Amino acid sequence: MIAIVDYGVGNLRSVENMLRKVGAECAISSDPDVIKHADKLILPGVGNFGQGMKKLRSKGLLDVLNWFALDVKRPVLGICLGAQILGNGSEEAEGPGLGWIDMQCKRFPYDLNVPVPHMSWNELKIVNESPLFPDNAVGARYYFVHSFYMECSNSKNIVANSHHGIDFTAVVQSNNIFGTQFHPEKSHRFGMDVLRAFDGLKGNYEEV
Amino acid sequence: MIKTRVIPVLLLKDNGLVKTVKFKEPQYVGDPINSIRIFNEKEVDELVFLDINATPTKKEPDFDMIYRIAGEAFMPMAYGGGISTIEHIRKVFTLGIEKVIINSAAYDNYSLLKEAVSEYGSQSIVACIDCKKTLFGKYVLYAGGGKIKQKISINNHVKKLIESGIGEIIVNSIDRDGTQNGYDVDLISTISSNVSIPVVACGGASSIDDFASAVTDAGASAVAAGSMFVFKGKHRAVLINYPERHLIESKLI
Repeated sequence: MIAIVDYGVGNLRSVENMLRKVGAECAISSDPDVIKHADKLILPGVGNFGQGMKKLRSKGLLDVLNWFALDVKRPVLGICLGAQILGNGSEEAEGPGLGWIDMQCKRFPYDLNVPVPHMSWNELKIVNESPLFPDNAVGARYYFVHSFYMECSNSKNIVANSHHGIDFTAVVQSNNIFGTQFHPEKSHRFGMDVLRAFDGLKGNYEEV
Repeated sequence: MIKTRVIPVLLLKDNGLVKTVKFKEPQYVGDPINSIRIFNEKEVDELVFLDINATPTKKEPDFDMIYRIAGEAFMPMAYGGGISTIEHIRKVFTLGIEKVIINSAAYDNYSLLKEAVSEYGSQSIVACIDCKKTLFGKYVLYAGGGKIKQKISINNHVKKLIESGIGEIIVNSIDRDGTQNGYDVDLISTISSNVSIPVVACGGASSIDDFASAVTDAGASAVAAGSMFVFKGKHRAVLINYPERHLIESKLI
């Protein structure tokens, strides 16, 4: 069962709808006990980095999330803001992120002459193999809505890049922890493929 | 990769979808759920769903309807209509909508936008403005579904919207609505040249060439249309449609 972590930041239901559509068993929950018993977690997210972290903290979820991702190493997928908070911090707000992946979030530079937020469909350039993208479908496109982007310290954590004025990191992975800047739950069949692949991940991950 | 989003705008009135002309004469065009299913199959870039009855009749958003439409949408969906409090906004997001559109409520309460942005981020909060050209060629803003003329100038209003931190602005021409006479390029350029957030052109589209003009001549980041996606042919037969991807890609950037 995939637990969709409810920490009060939007589009949970879209994620649930899309998971059901691909035949994945899932439940929306903010209960640490439910989360503990899930096989996989999705951290969705729309909104502000600081607010997101504040809500995770105030719902008392940090311990169980750390245990899930770092101790028992079950698969976790962060989406959009949920991907950004996997990192150390963001220019959007003070305070740390979850710190699971060595990365910082930055705002798109003001002098790029492209509209920010980056709000469009875009394609991916896969740079490292990942089980989320078993085959890089030709013509695949994904829906992005964000003003900040992830910047990894270690290039091995970059799965895919995209381009909006600059090349930016669109998908990250560190062992069992995955993050997509785009919204798979809103990316038609291309997003369905990603969620199906996540649902199909097997077993615990060992430290690499 | 084509960055321009092509967005059908669906108008809800009394549980059915309608299409208006110049914000009047709503004609029934179909069932909302069924239409969204068709747009799923056509893999549309995004949908805008506007309840045109909510604000004029001082009703709350129809949360049950929003719940049902959000459950069918595998593309990004924006909802507008009757949004006037932060509680409305919170509720709409929990129902599975990505973006909330605020129009009439903004005029009396820019702080609502600010509050929503701080809670959900710029990218989730969209402003929509309904504009009409006067006989003297000046643009005037209207609230309440095109019924209540506003005193504030477009420039000042847009400035305040931008200051509130919204992530996108839909520029709708009342004069062009449902006419399929092409976008009001002047109106859209006036706004897009003054802001750095995405501008969505709305009102008057009849072809992909109109889309191209909104982007190249008017600086829009996305193009929205109603009639073009629900009517087919010169007799305006009701038929949900969406241009083939390669046709969009051949003319847009």
